Amino acid sequence: MKYIDEYRDADAAEQFREAIHKTVSRPWTLMEVCGGQTHAIVKFGIDELLPKEVELVHGPGCPVCVTPLELIDKAITIASRPDVIFCSFGDMLRVPGSDRDLLMVKANGGDIRIVYSPLDAVKIARENPDKEVVFFAVGFETTAPANAMAVHQAKQLGVKNFSVLVSHVLVPPAIEAVMSSPQCRVQGFLAAGHVCTVMGYTEYEPIAKKYKVPIVVTGFEPLDILQGIFMCVKQLEEGRTEVENQYARSVRKEGNQPAQQLVREVFRIVPRKWRGVGEIPESGLGLTDEYAEFDAEKRFGVSAYTAEEPEECISGLVLQGIKKPNECPAFGTRCTPEHPFGATMVSNEGACAAYHRYRRHLVRVETARGVTI
Amino acid sequence: MKAQMEYGPVCPIPISEYPQVLMAHGGGGKLMHDLIENMFVPAFHNPLLGERHDGAVFNVGTARLAFTTDSYVVKPIFFPGGDIGSLAVNGTVNDLAMCGARPLYLSAGFILEEGMETEKLWQIVRSMQRAAEEAGVALVTGDTKVVDRGKGDEIFINTAGVGVIEHDLKINPKQVRPGDAVILSGDIGRHGIAIMAAREGLEFESAIESDCAPLNSLVRNLIDAGLDIHCMRDLTRGGLASALVEIAESSGHQIFIEETKISVRDDVQGACEILGFDPMYLANEGRFVLFLPEAQTERALAVMNAHLHGAGAARIGKVTDESFGVILKSRIGANRIVDMFTGEQLPRIC
Repeated sequence: MKYIDEYRDADAAEQFREAIHKTVSRPWTLMEVCGGQTHAIVKFGIDELLPKEVELVHGPGCPVCVTPLELIDKAITIASRPDVIFCSFGDMLRVPGSDRDLLMVKANGGDIRIVYSPLDAVKIARENPDKEVVFFAVGFETTAPANAMAVHQAKQLGVKNFSVLVSHVLVPPAIEAVMSSPQCRVQGFLAAGHVCTVMGYTEYEPIAKKYKVPIVVTGFEPLDILQGIFMCVKQLEEGRTEVENQYARSVRKEGNQPAQQLVREVFRIVPRKWRGVGEIPESGLGLTDEYAEFDAEKRFGVSAYTAEEPEECISGLVLQGIKKPNECPAFGTRCTPEHPFGATMVSNEGACAAYHRYRRHLVRVETARGVTI
Repeated sequence: MKAQMEYGPVCPIPISEYPQVLMAHGGGGKLMHDLIENMFVPAFHNPLLGERHDGAVFNVGTARLAFTTDSYVVKPIFFPGGDIGSLAVNGTVNDLAMCGARPLYLSAGFILEEGMETEKLWQIVRSMQRAAEEAGVALVTGDTKVVDRGKGDEIFINTAGVGVIEHDLKINPKQVRPGDAVILSGDIGRHGIAIMAAREGLEFESAIESDCAPLNSLVRNLIDAGLDIHCMRDLTRGGLASALVEIAESSGHQIFIEETKISVRDDVQGACEILGFDPMYLANEGRFVLFLPEAQTERALAVMNAHLHGAGAARIGKVTDESFGVILKSRIGANRIVDMFTGEQLPRIC
């Protein structure tokens, strides 16, 4: 189909593959930040086309995966209340909390609804004035404008029975956290195209300069990713560390200004805990004082929750690109998509789930030969 | 995939993952598969059930019969391209056809919710009548129950069906052999998107209609052509991917398919791109896969392409002598495995 097939064309992919092979003269480690890119890489087998010198490690950009355990527990507590209709994007429902997931709350009679837009949750609130309607506002900068719009609209319309459980996170502080880690091996980044569609890419320029890493704003189709890899490797080979834009058909340098303005009105920058990584300063969004009345944590008294992650789960190391999913001893055995230890095994975009779905045979074959991929 | 376990008479419930039934247990994915394998199959253990086919095939006197059942709980009950009534008839007709049987008789059990409009019920009954006529089957027995308002979703229908097998072919997953061609009868994903769009109020430029259709006359043409059919499977819940994974597992052989050979209509692909769905896992109600010796591919395609419900049939892959699952050659030329979904496909965040 138009605007899709062009970016999945086998001949064009072959041209980029050749170009990457010709350009590379030594080993490079690149990180694709976004979980959507991780998914496309393993779904289409993009990394199999690359020369052995180019290693892709998978970054912390899956919003489902980095939502901290205690926030899932808060969601479960709120969603279990008989007076609540809990609205969420679909893939949050299977994320395990400390002892349950939201699907189990639903099976126990909790009114949990999958919505496609946060504005649908506001609509549900207006249609059910005798219920408290809570929207699980997760995601990176990409989903922040729509979530901000929902809160803004609720305030405008005077919808008092609507609130949001906010777990918004931001990409640039995550890149900084990855680069500051002493174990960091990443030499170049593919930045998330959709995040930059909203935010632009000026905030990446100081990061590229400070850490001397090339950052290429990259799309999500196979050709986008191959071109992003080519541009990043070319910079590395030429000794450049700039911010470049592969995804120019969607991303402008300054981003989407009205969307940013709305986000700034409803949200403020706060420290956030990242599942498997820990707290990163100034790495998330929370409601501003003006919109504090819509904070579900305060409304339902769950602000003080804390929870520890299962010890065996290495999702934090996977999210930082330090380990690959199949280096985990529980991968594919004790930890599977049916029985996940950590969120990276839950979401479509989670690196562990993507490996499990598309790569299990390689792991099996390779380990039989005593080699890991 | 888990090994089948033995359970004694005092065993606890052999389900460890979830203590309660989730919606995902009915999603056609791995949770449902595990429920069947770990609970139903061991409990009802018998050779016919062990075949794991769309229906049971057995002899009664000199006749070889196929027997199957299915329940329909689709929401909404009316959708572009069909309704719960046509679905209930075609679904059971197709299960019988996949056994290589000529469907003869159907039963219909209605569970109605107090307060349902009788006009709606009448529309559904008329639709069942038309579907039965088209498929050449008779609805010969039935049952009606009414449950309290709020305890049902307007209407649930169960149909069971009996068909007769009038040839000597053995058609089931265990007959699949290395070297077999894999043929898909047309484009995939339309039913899943039609239901999703109707349920969620999603609007596209033009309505995507379900592919709901009876497959028995097409199957009959294939059998009458004297083709050595090894296996057929209709692609309902769980879609093409789940059907192939199940067949690969039952047969013990690897199935290799090519993404570029699988037909998906542009509007269905577009909806999938928006929702983050993979058409390989979307439900169909008028599509099936066919396994038969490679040498008979052209003849099979000629028969299928001449039929309304097989006009888009194409060879999408082959069975190899490797032993692991389903491998897909992606559009850009790399290989990956195709797995079952755990439960239902859930729309992605972004």
